[in-house]
Amino acid sequence: MASFIEKNFLPVRIQVKEQPATFRRFGVLWTPTLLAMDGEGHERLHWVGYAPADDFLAQLEMGAANAAFGRKQWEEAGRRYRELAERHPASEAAPEAWYWEAATHYMGKKDHLPLETLASRLERRYPNSIWTKKAAPYVPQEPGG
Amino acid sequence: MTIEWGTDVDAALSEARAASRPALLYFTAAPA
Repeated sequence: MASFIEKNFLPVRIQVKEQPATFRRFGVLWTPTLLAMDGEGHERLHWVGYAPADDFLAQLEMGAANAAFGRKQWEEAGRRYRELAERHPASEAAPEAWYWEAATHYMGKKDHLPLETLASRLERRYPNSIWTKKAAPYVPQEPGG
Repeated sequence: MTIEWGTDVDAALSEARAASRPALLYFTAAPA
């Protein structure tokens, strides 16, 4: 995990008693809170609370993938989402990663198919995920349906 | 491998622009 952080982020530790103004500046309500902020000042990850190691690493990978998406680097973002979902299939982040992976195909190549097939793919593995529900509107409607 | 945490948010945000890497801000109540 440390090597992933060092390679993909510029890590900053903010202790509440040492930097209370920074807590107020970013509207942090609770600890621990983890924010990934890109070079334009946009928040690409907001994680509050503790998590098992696998989920925590998946969230870090999500932050890095979201940052690539924000830079419009569709291939890199798609690769990062795929790797996340394949490395951490049981994590909360996995169905969300597949959702965004499909979005990179649309954004990069105007390829609708991954979004159109996303709901059925997620339904099998993650039937109760909110990301499965979010994928439902992309399923093409049958004529007359 | 241990993480070398910085403490200067603005320096990290500025470097994030140049490096195409996001700043990771870890807010904690735990003493250093």
